[in-house]
Amino acid sequence: MKKKQFTQILGFSLLRTCACAVILVLAVILYDIASKGAVVINWKFLTTMPADGMTKGGILPAIIGTFLVTVITAILAIPLGMGCAIYMNEYAKDGLITRFIRMAIRNLSGVPSIVYGLFGVILFVQLMNIGTCILAAGFTLGLMTLPWTITASEEALKNVPNSYREGSLALGATKWQTIKTNVLPYAVSGMLTGTILGLSRAAGETAPILFTGAAFYLPHLPKSLFDQFMALPYHLYIMSTQHHSISKVRPIAYGTALVLIALVFTMNLFAVILRYKLRKVKME
Amino acid sequence: MDSPKIMVRNFNFYYGASKALKNINIDIPENRVTGIIGPSGCGKSTFLRSLNRMNDVIVNARAEGRVVLDGRNIYDEDVDVVDIRRKVGMVFQKSNPFPKSIFENVAYGLKINGVKDKYYINETIEKSLRDAAIWEEVKDRLHKSAFELSGGQQQRICIARALAVQPEVLLMDEPASALDPTATLKIEELIQALKKKYTIVIVTHNMQQAARISDFTAFFMLGELVEYNLTGIMFTKPSKKITEDYITGRFG
Repeated sequence: MKKKQFTQILGFSLLRTCACAVILVLAVILYDIASKGAVVINWKFLTTMPADGMTKGGILPAIIGTFLVTVITAILAIPLGMGCAIYMNEYAKDGLITRFIRMAIRNLSGVPSIVYGLFGVILFVQLMNIGTCILAAGFTLGLMTLPWTITASEEALKNVPNSYREGSLALGATKWQTIKTNVLPYAVSGMLTGTILGLSRAAGETAPILFTGAAFYLPHLPKSLFDQFMALPYHLYIMSTQHHSISKVRPIAYGTALVLIALVFTMNLFAVILRYKLRKVKME
Repeated sequence: MDSPKIMVRNFNFYYGASKALKNINIDIPENRVTGIIGPSGCGKSTFLRSLNRMNDVIVNARAEGRVVLDGRNIYDEDVDVVDIRRKVGMVFQKSNPFPKSIFENVAYGLKINGVKDKYYINETIEKSLRDAAIWEEVKDRLHKSAFELSGGQQQRICIARALAVQPEVLLMDEPASALDPTATLKIEELIQALKKKYTIVIVTHNMQQAARISDFTAFFMLGELVEYNLTGIMFTKPSKKITEDYITGRFG
C-alpha cells in the first residue's frame, strides 16, 4: 500500500513537472524578449521609419508590411480553406478522390516553409508575373496556411451533431440550406478560431516571404499591393544576422521581436474571445 | 382496409453488401396509426427511414423496389426528395431540437421552405405547438432556447416542428424511448389526436405501446415483414407462431 502511494505521488509529480516545463520555456522566452525589448519600444519606435542605416528610428514599415501581408493571406486562406473543409466534411463521399485530397492536405502541412517560398516565386512571381510584392507573399503564406485552416475547419464541422443535419433534412431542407442554416452557424466560431491561429503562425513566418516580396530595407511605405514591403519577422532576421553592426542594433532586434510576439498573441487572444462570444450567441 | 396512403412493393434495402430489408410488401392506410415492432436490428428503423428517403444520406446504401405515396413512387428518378420529406415528416428517437429558440425551431421548416409572411408564420407556430400539446407550457417563453425544456417537452417541440410544414405522413422512430412514463403517456395521447389529420407510422420497442396506440401492427424480423394485421388480431390471434412468441415475450 505504501509503495503504491509512493508510486502514485512520484508519477503525479513527474507529470506535473512536464507540464510546468512548458510554462517555464514560454516564461523564459517572454521575459528575455520583454526585458530587452521593452526599453526601445515607445510611440516613436512604432510610428517612424528606420534611420541611419537602420541603426536608429522605428519599425513602422515592417509593422505595416506584416499587417498587409496577413490581410492578403486571410483573403486567400479563409474562403478557400473553409470551402474545402465544407466540401470534404459535408459533400464528399468516401472514395479514391476524397482520400487523395486528404493525403494532399496532410502532406501540404508537412512541406517546409522555405519550399512554399520557392513555389511562390515560381507560381506567383514568375508564372503569373505579379513580381515580388505584398500580393505574391500574401498568396504564398495563404497557401501555406491552407492545411491548418482546412483541418481546423473540418474539425469544427465534425463537432456539429449529425442530428442537426438529419432534423433539417427531414423537414424538407436541401443539403445546402441545411449546411447554411443549421451547420455553419454552429461551426463558424471553431472554423474562424482555427483560421486565426493559422494566420498568426503565418504572420511570423520568414522563409515564404523571403523570395516573394520582403525587402531588406525600403525608404518608403508600400504604395500598392504590387510593391515590395518590409515585414517584422524578416526585419528581425536581418537585424540579428545580416546587419553590418549587429551588436549595435540588438535592442532594435529585441524591440521587433517583442512587437511580433505581441501581434501574434493579440491575434490568438482575438481568436479566443471570438470563440467565446460566438459560443454564447449559439447558446441563446 | 381503407385506401392505402403508402404502398410498398417488393422493397429491398442494402447497406453495402448486407441486405437489411427483404422484399417488403405493405399497405399503410391513411389517417391510421401503423405500429412497427420487432427485435433490435430487424430493419424497422431502416424501413421507416426508407419512407422519406432519409437513408439517401447513408454512404453505400441502396434501395430497390417501390414506395408509392399517393400513387407516385418516391424512388423514381424525377422525384425531388425535398418534396417527399416535406410531405412525409419525421420525429427521431432522440429528441433533436436545434440550438435555437422554441420559436425558431418550429419556424425552421417554414423558413427553409421560403415562407416569409410573418402573420402566417406566427399563426402556424401557435397551431403546431397546440397540435403537439405543448402550447400552454411554452407560450410565455417562445423566444427562450429549446434546450431549456425537459426531454419530453423537447420531443413535443420536435413534433411541432415536423407538423409546422404540414406533412401528410408522420414517421416516428421510437419517439418515447428516452422519456419517462408521464412524458410517454403525453406523447401517446398526442399520437391518438394526431391521427385524425395525419397518417402515422411509428416504430416502437414497447409491445404494450404498440397495442395501445396503433390501429395496425407490422412485425419485422431479420429484415422481413413477418406478419401485418389489425392490432387487435395481431395481439390476440397472430397467424404465425413466431409472431406469438415475440409478442408474448419469449424472445426479443
